[in-house]
Amino acid sequence: MSVLQNSALRPDLAVILDHIAHGSRALDVGCGDGVLMAALRDEKQVDARGIEIDGACVERCVARGLSVVQGDADRDLTFYPDGAFDYAILSQTLQTAARPDRIMQELLRVGRRAFVSFPNFAYWRMRKALLLGGRMPVTRHLPVTWYETQNIHHVTVKDFEALANDLGITISNRWFFTNQREISASGANWRAEYALFEVGR
Amino acid sequence: MAPTPAFSAITLPHALPLDSGEVLEGVQIAFETYGELAADKGNAILLCHALTGDQFVASEHPITGKPGWWERMVGPGKPIDTGRFHVICANVIGSCMGSTGPASEGPEGKPHAMAFPVITIRDMVRGLIGLLDVLGIERLHAVVGGSMGGMQALSLAANFPERAERVLAIATTARHSAQNIAFHEVGRQAIMADPAWADGEYYASGITPDAGLAVARMAAHITYLSEEGLTEKFGRRLQDRTEKGFGFDADFQVESYLRYQGSGFTRRFDANSYLYITRAMDYFDIAEEHGGLLADAFAGTTSRFCLVSFDSDWLYPTAESRHVVHALNAAGAPVSFVELSAPFGHDSFLLEVPALDRVVKGFLE
Repeated sequence: MSVLQNSALRPDLAVILDHIAHGSRALDVGCGDGVLMAALRDEKQVDARGIEIDGACVERCVARGLSVVQGDADRDLTFYPDGAFDYAILSQTLQTAARPDRIMQELLRVGRRAFVSFPNFAYWRMRKALLLGGRMPVTRHLPVTWYETQNIHHVTVKDFEALANDLGITISNRWFFTNQREISASGANWRAEYALFEVGR
Repeated sequence: MAPTPAFSAITLPHALPLDSGEVLEGVQIAFETYGELAADKGNAILLCHALTGDQFVASEHPITGKPGWWERMVGPGKPIDTGRFHVICANVIGSCMGSTGPASEGPEGKPHAMAFPVITIRDMVRGLIGLLDVLGIERLHAVVGGSMGGMQALSLAANFPERAERVLAIATTARHSAQNIAFHEVGRQAIMADPAWADGEYYASGITPDAGLAVARMAAHITYLSEEGLTEKFGRRLQDRTEKGFGFDADFQVESYLRYQGSGFTRRFDANSYLYITRAMDYFDIAEEHGGLLADAFAGTTSRFCLVSFDSDWLYPTAESRHVVHALNAAGAPVSFVELSAPFGHDSFLLEVPALDRVVKGFLE
């Protein structure tokens, strides 16, 4: 288990920060208020760019001096040239994409490598809630009811691995998290609340 | 137009070559500055004004006596902080507030009128660069503009990429659309249909084509507002009466408002300048200037860009800004873009939109 060096960041973002090379170029797709981009810029001198759909978040990013474009990841990645970035980052956004498979391909078109994190819908608490309660789970990590959630594609660790295989994408690293801590890979499809993958072609 | 007051101005030491192929000699550029220029001249911000704006961005207008057009944005402690930045705002060539334009004196000692060469946005920017050269400012901290000012900011970035560290373009476009041109043509035809226009030779007579210019302003003013804003402000309410007059007086408040806007405008603006500047905007197409591909216009730029649009702006809608953003992305330029929500239409950039203040302040720091 790796030591998470930046405790101020959500664990998956801290891992991404640790694994991105100093001075590289990165595109954060769905960058929110820019917390990872600011850390990448300040700690690793990364030339970080972002895409974010929410105008209020973009406004906060711009006010922090970050380069963020308001846009829709499903639609706007096509406007970025091939290989423009060393890394493309998609944190906790895959499950909100209209076509996660196309987003994955776009990520690895604009970036040489990609980091993708997502909530694992096979996490045992989710299974239990659905199995015993018979209703779509509302958990600490996914606190929104089914009708107002932004998550439209419910993906699991195994599903993602299968998708990568289908798309000819190579998984070079994987990390799993529960209770905001990194956990081991054994039984991750049951045990992980969310997962992070580093992928490439 | 009222008698022209004295302006702070410089005369360019070199002739100004124009896109039309003509050359302007002895060009005068009138400008105002706010805040101190740093010893290393690294804190200068060039503010570019819109179609009917001028250099009085944060000081009283010498003709109307009204506050500057962006007083809310520019000043000590304001988003464009004149406590930190040296703000320069110049009257564009072709205009009528002290810079060389159709109303200024030509070689024969009388106003150029329609003998003034047709200019472009890029020509205006050449004039601004000429001013910066005289002032000894090599590299701007930022160039900032809304609407036509945003066109100038983008044109400066495309044509003089080494001159600005930051480019902030608000509620603008990289090219004028057919609809934009159509609205301008209505305004120009209104001016030229006024008998007092006299083929532009009205300066000596003292009778100016105010009726035509006022109509041009009224038509344009509608495009600066949103339907929602107009409805909220006026609805179908009547002005100073309780019943319709069954005539052609300004029964409705909106009519009275537009008439007021039109008549106020003729006191401070020259009709021929309106013809020349709207023409410059209509000719504007940065991609066309750079081989047809907008991304090529920004290839190799070292500037950081920020574009802002407003969701109620139908004159330069968000799609126009996105078009520029995509080109900047393709060129690899660092670019930010945000569509702000505001009810005031195109004029939002001049009005109370706190989110714009935060974006401007954040981007300039």
